[in-house]
Amino acid sequence: MTALQDSRSGNPGPTATMKRYRGPGIQRKATGPRLKYGLTVAAFLIPSALPLLFFTIIPMFSAFWISLNQWNLVGPMKWVGLGNYGKLIGDPGTQGAFLHTVYYIVGYLPLVYIGGLAIALALNSRIKGRSMMRGLYFLPVVTSWIVVALVWRWLLNPSTGIVNWLLGLIGVTGPGWWTDPAWSMPSIIVASAWKDLGFVMVILLAGLQAIPEDLYEAATVDGAGRWRRLFSITLPMLSPSTFFVIVLSLINGFQVFDQVYAMTGGGPNNSSQVVVQQIYDLTFRYGRAGEASALSWLLFLFILVITLIQVRGQKKWVHYA
Amino acid sequence: MRKQRPSITLNILVLVGALMMVFPFLWAFVTSISPGAGLSATPQLIPENPSLSAYAELLQRLPFAQIVLNSLILAILTTVFQLVTSSLAAYVFSRMPFKGRNAVFAVYLATMMIPMQVLVVPLFVEMKSLGLIDTYLGVLLPGIASAFGVFLLRQAMNSVPQDLDQAATLDGAGHFRIFGLIVLPLVRPALATLTVFAFLNSWNSFLWPLIILRTPAMKTLPVALAGLQGQYTTQWDIVMAGSVVSVLPMLALYIFTQKYIIQGVAGTGLK
Repeated sequence: MTALQDSRSGNPGPTATMKRYRGPGIQRKATGPRLKYGLTVAAFLIPSALPLLFFTIIPMFSAFWISLNQWNLVGPMKWVGLGNYGKLIGDPGTQGAFLHTVYYIVGYLPLVYIGGLAIALALNSRIKGRSMMRGLYFLPVVTSWIVVALVWRWLLNPSTGIVNWLLGLIGVTGPGWWTDPAWSMPSIIVASAWKDLGFVMVILLAGLQAIPEDLYEAATVDGAGRWRRLFSITLPMLSPSTFFVIVLSLINGFQVFDQVYAMTGGGPNNSSQVVVQQIYDLTFRYGRAGEASALSWLLFLFILVITLIQVRGQKKWVHYA
Repeated sequence: MRKQRPSITLNILVLVGALMMVFPFLWAFVTSISPGAGLSATPQLIPENPSLSAYAELLQRLPFAQIVLNSLILAILTTVFQLVTSSLAAYVFSRMPFKGRNAVFAVYLATMMIPMQVLVVPLFVEMKSLGLIDTYLGVLLPGIASAFGVFLLRQAMNSVPQDLDQAATLDGAGHFRIFGLIVLPLVRPALATLTVFAFLNSWNSFLWPLIILRTPAMKTLPVALAGLQGQYTTQWDIVMAGSVVSVLPMLALYIFTQKYIIQGVAGTGLK
């Protein structure tokens, strides 16, 4: 190890002469060592490559195969071609599940973004106890969705929950929340936004901290006010972080499941049935694995297309420094 | 903007917001020590007759210690496996060029985009044919490699200067020694970030354990908790006691690793 420490503390000798150095194997290029090099690469890669192959890549393709069949998980498969896809697209239950998922995203994203931005802006100033505050806002992020769902189910309990009790104090009769078809999605949205607020805040805060201070100074000299600086400097400079938050929120939003399962199970009256809950129900409640696989592929393609559209569209509004 | 000292109102607003983030946890705890909570009235913030009876009942009705242990062992094993498999692969993608390496790396990255939901049905079938339904191995296997981990560690390894490897090569060290003695110790912060992420993800994972585990005593915390709610629809003190128990270990880990978690998350957005 002493030789290593030497080179670290600035012995420029070998570094300068061998600029194109690419590792020990490449350097000794005889045939024996070459085989050894190949084996070493394999030994390093196989522990991750095999699991990814068997538990991600192959299942991905077999899901497509299953989606072309009618199958109840136990009996024989019956080939139906793209029939499952056609059936799903015309199925009101599936359409409803997509609609509720979109409803979730439309409610959740503005709430979590504007909330996260407000907190990030506040924490980016010289506020008291900054890192403590940051830690508190981030706390729900590390909590499991199931705990979040259970706790919020209790907070939003229509008869004895504290939210309706507090509303009662100001003379408002609180809604039935997750027991009311009109309020089940809003309940899930509020709980989810509460959990993810800290995540969005941390991403945006990192973005804010990367904005050069002199931009603000120059703008202030030019007489720009607080709001002007927010809209002309902060938001445009923050656009890469915003883009990241939106892409990630949409990907995760379309896959919303845990909190729905634990808060409402898709009810009442299917009012909060989302796509992944539908996949789960089709497979494990109704034994329609073919349709479930078709739906999961539709969901995957849907997410892929939406992500690609965003990546293409980012040129119009995302400014990379 | 940053030069100005924030107003008192802003300080108070931030504090109120932070309280709103903490209050649900506090309320869960208060509920858990208020016997009979939620049966007829909203519990009081300071319970008149605090009692740990809900916890006792929880232990009696569910093999709770066993369930916590299940989650813990699975999370630790998942984390260890991911650290080993990811760091080995990351070393190749950072240090050992070969023909087609970029293509292989692209396939790794592509697997990050595949949602768990697509894999659920075929994975279930696969595990069934391997006889791994309702086994810990069945829960564990799909999570032992992580493309995200490979990516994270490769980025870190790329920023370790190569002249160190070179000096070691001159000393006669092979790739295994360079990997273990030079590169790994220098990417410790990234390893810490991956440790926390892998542990959290496993600890909180729900869909896959829900599908593959059947025996009540083998279930993980989130799955058992979700089941608890079905059994004790109105006994909120018990449901909240279960939530508190599952949050506590997380909280302990969070207090000590906050820095790595937040840095890790902040870093993902700054690529």
